[in-house]
Amino acid sequence: MMEKMIFGRFIPGDSLVHRLDPRAKLLFVFLFIAIVFVANNALTYLLLLVFTLLVVFLSKIRLYFLINGLKPVFILLIFTFLLHIFFTKEGDVLFQFGFIEVYEEGLRQGIFISIRFLVLVFITSILTLTTSPISITDGIEVLLGPFKRVKLPVHELALMMSISLRFIPTLMDETGKILKAQMARGSDIGSGPIKERIKAVVPLLIPLFVSAFKRAEDLATAMEVRGYRGGEGRTRYRQLDWRLIDSLSLLLLAGFTAALWYFRT
Amino acid sequence: MDLNIMSFENVTFTYMPEDETVRPAVEGLSFSIKQGEWIALVGHNGSGKSTIAKLMNGLLFPQSGTVTAMDQKMSEESLWKIRSQMGMVFQNPDNQFVGATVQDDVAFALENNGVPHAEMVQRVHESLRQVKMEEYLNHEPHHLSGGQKQRVAIAGALALRPRLLILDEATSMLDPQGRMEVIETIRELREATGLTVISITHDLEEAALADRILVMNAGHKQVEGTPEDVFFAGNKLTELGLDLPFAMRISKLLTEAGVQLSGEHMSEDRLVEDLWTFYSKK
Amino acid sequence: MDILLQEVGYSYAENTPFEKRALHHVNIHIPSGSYTAIIGHTGSGKSTVLQHLNALLKPTEGSVVIGDRKVEAGVKAKNLRDIRRQVGIVFQFPEQQLFEETVLKDIMFGPMNYGVPEEEAKRRAVELAAQLGLPPEALEKSPFDLSGGQMRRVAIAGVLAMEPEVLVLDEPTAGLDPKGRREIMDLFHQLHVQKGLTTVLVTHSMEDAARFADQIAIMHNGKCVVSGEPRDIFANEEQLMDYRLEPPRTVKLQRMLEAKLGIELDGISLTEEALAKNIALALAKGRETE
Repeated sequence: MMEKMIFGRFIPGDSLVHRLDPRAKLLFVFLFIAIVFVANNALTYLLLLVFTLLVVFLSKIRLYFLINGLKPVFILLIFTFLLHIFFTKEGDVLFQFGFIEVYEEGLRQGIFISIRFLVLVFITSILTLTTSPISITDGIEVLLGPFKRVKLPVHELALMMSISLRFIPTLMDETGKILKAQMARGSDIGSGPIKERIKAVVPLLIPLFVSAFKRAEDLATAMEVRGYRGGEGRTRYRQLDWRLIDSLSLLLLAGFTAALWYFRT
Repeated sequence: MDLNIMSFENVTFTYMPEDETVRPAVEGLSFSIKQGEWIALVGHNGSGKSTIAKLMNGLLFPQSGTVTAMDQKMSEESLWKIRSQMGMVFQNPDNQFVGATVQDDVAFALENNGVPHAEMVQRVHESLRQVKMEEYLNHEPHHLSGGQKQRVAIAGALALRPRLLILDEATSMLDPQGRMEVIETIRELREATGLTVISITHDLEEAALADRILVMNAGHKQVEGTPEDVFFAGNKLTELGLDLPFAMRISKLLTEAGVQLSGEHMSEDRLVEDLWTFYSKK
Repeated sequence: MDILLQEVGYSYAENTPFEKRALHHVNIHIPSGSYTAIIGHTGSGKSTVLQHLNALLKPTEGSVVIGDRKVEAGVKAKNLRDIRRQVGIVFQFPEQQLFEETVLKDIMFGPMNYGVPEEEAKRRAVELAAQLGLPPEALEKSPFDLSGGQMRRVAIAGVLAMEPEVLVLDEPTAGLDPKGRREIMDLFHQLHVQKGLTTVLVTHSMEDAARFADQIAIMHNGKCVVSGEPRDIFANEEQLMDYRLEPPRTVKLQRMLEAKLGIELDGISLTEEALAKNIALALAKGRETE
C-alpha cells in the first residue's frame, strides 16, 4: 500500500520541468495555490484543468502513475464532492432518489471544488516528483534567506532538513529490518486486538530509537571532526542557477493569471 | 625532516575518574608517529583502541599526560587547527555520510572551512579521482555499497589535504570486497602521496601492511614493532584474542605436521617460496 | 525439515514506478539436516532468498515448500507464525533487535510469543546464555550495557531459545573480532551436529562456506546459478570468477603451490588443517619417489 503511494516522492528525470530551478518551481507552486481561487465559472475552471494537464505533460510523468499513485487522495475528493451535492440546497432540483435531492448549484459547486482540489494535488505532486528533496531544501534556504535578519536560523533549519532527508531511506530500511527480525521472533504487529497491537509496537520502537540516537551521536562526531561549527564562515558547495527558462515559466504563469482574470465573472 | 605527526606521552584516560575501582581505558600510554609512517593500532574489542582514537582528535582529553599533534599540544584552543589538518574515517559507513550526494559529502569539510566555490569544485573532483569514485558524483548514499561509502569518506578527508589520516575500524563493517577496496585505496594513496596513516583495526591482514604495529591490551601497550617482529611473538597475539595472518597460520600447522620451515611467513608468496626451497632441497 | 524453493520470483514494490525485480526462477532444495551455504556477491539476491525461508516474504511467482506447508504466489497464506517458530533467522547485526529491560527477558521474548510457559522460557534462556559464554550476572543487566560482542550473543540466544528446527544465519559474525568470529561459528556447527538442525548460512566468507557447509548454492543477479558440494564448487575457479567470487584462501594457496612445485595435491583443501596435511603428505611422497 505505502510503496504505491507517490505523494511526496521524487522520480528522477530529464524533462523541462525537472530542469527548472527549484526556486522557480517553489514560487510557481505558491503563486498557483493563490491563483486557483481566481477561477469562478465553468470556463475558468476548465482553463485551470487544461493548464494543469499541460504542466503534467511537460513533466513527462505518466498520467497513469499520477492517478494510480494518488488513489488515497481521490477517496477524499469523492467524499468532498458528495458532501457538496447533498448539502448545498440552492437552484433547481435536478433529480431525486427518495429523500435525497440533488440541486443544480450543489452539482456545480461539487464539480468546481473537485477540480480545485485536483489541480492543487497535481501541481504540488509535480513539484515533489520532479525536484529532488535536496534541491527543494536549497530553494527554501535561499527563498527564506531574507528572514535571517529577523534571527530565523535559516542555515540550521536547512541543514536539519537535508540531513533528515538523507537519513529517511536509511531509517526506512532499518524499520523494515527490525520489523522482520521481531516478526521472526513471533511478534505480531499486523493483527490482533488494538491493545495487543500497541504492545507489539514496543519491540519495534525501542530498537529504532536506540539506533537513531546512536546514528545521531556518530553523525555529530563525524561532523565535528570534519570541522563543522555552525553556519558562520561557511561557504556553499551547492549553487543554484537561475536561467531564462525559469523567468519564462513564471511569465507563463502571469499570462495564465491574466487570462483567468479576464474570463472570470 | 622528522616531524612528529602524533605523539602520546604517558597518557592516562578513564571514563570514571571518581571511581578508582574502574580500570582506566588507557593507562600510561606513550608512542609517537612520524611523518609518512603507516601505523596499525590493533587489539581486541575493549582493549582501549577507540578511546585512543577519541584522544587523537580531541573528542576526549586525558586526565594525565599529553597528546601532541602536528607539533601542537592538544587543547581547547589548538583543537580546530589540529582537526583541519587531519582526516578521520569511522566504522559505520552510513553514520558519517552527511551530504545528500557523493559530491556534497566530499565538500562538507571544505564548506566548514570556508573554501571558495571554484576551488571546492576542483578539490572535490580531485579527491574523488584519488579514491576512484569520480563517476559517482551525483549518487545518493543509499545506492552505494559499504566499501564505496567508505571510499567517499576517505575522499571527504582528503579534500582538506590533511597531513594525517586516521581510520577508526573503517573496514570492520564491510564485506570482503569492500574491505579490499578500502585497503587498496589506502595503499595507492600512500604510494602516490606518502600520507601518514593510522589504522585502528582488528584485521591482522590490514595491519600486516603497516610499517609498524602497536598491540593494545587492557589499556596498555602490549607489543610494538614491525609486523614481522609482532607476528613473530605469535602465541602472544592469540592469547590477546587476535589472529595470525593466514600464511603464518598455515606455516604453524605445517610445523605441527612435521614440515619444519625456516623463517617467518608473512605472506603467501613467501610461504610458497620457502616450501619450494624445502621441496627442491630434499 | 526440508525447504524447497520452486521457480521462485520476487519483485519489490510490484506494479509501481519503483518496482525492482530481485529474484528470477530460483530453485533451491535444502534437505533436512543439511548445512547449506548460500554465497554470492552483494546485491545478488541472497538476502531476499533468506526471507523466503520463513515466509517473511511471499514469492510473487512460484512457491516455497517449508516442511509440510506451502507458500505460493497469489495464494493467501494463513498462520505463517507456525512456520516462523520452526525456522529461526539470525539477521545481520542482530544486536539491533534487542529491546527488553534485561537480557533474560529479551532471550525469553521469542519463546513467550509462541506460548512457551514462563518457567520453560527462563530455563532455556539461562542455559543458552551459559552456552554462548555470557557471564551469569549479565542476565539481569540491560542488554544496552553490554559490549557489542556480548549483545550479539544475546540476540543469537534469543533466536535459539525458540528451539527452531531450521536455523538461518545471515552473516552472523560480521564486525566481530577474529576470536569472537571463530567462537560463534564453532558454536553454530556444534549445535548443528548436536541438535540435528538444518542450517542455512548466508555468507561472504568462502572460508566459512568451505569449512562448514555440505552443500553450497551460488546466487548471481537474482538467480540461483549453481548448487553442489563445496569441493566441486571451489574446484571450478573459472565458474567462480564468472560470478565475481573467489575460491577460499586455502584453495588459492594450494593452486599457487601446485603451480610453483609442479605437483598436484590430493583433492582440494577446504580447511587450513586439510591444506597443511595435504602439503605435508605431498612433500613426504615427493621424497619417497626421489
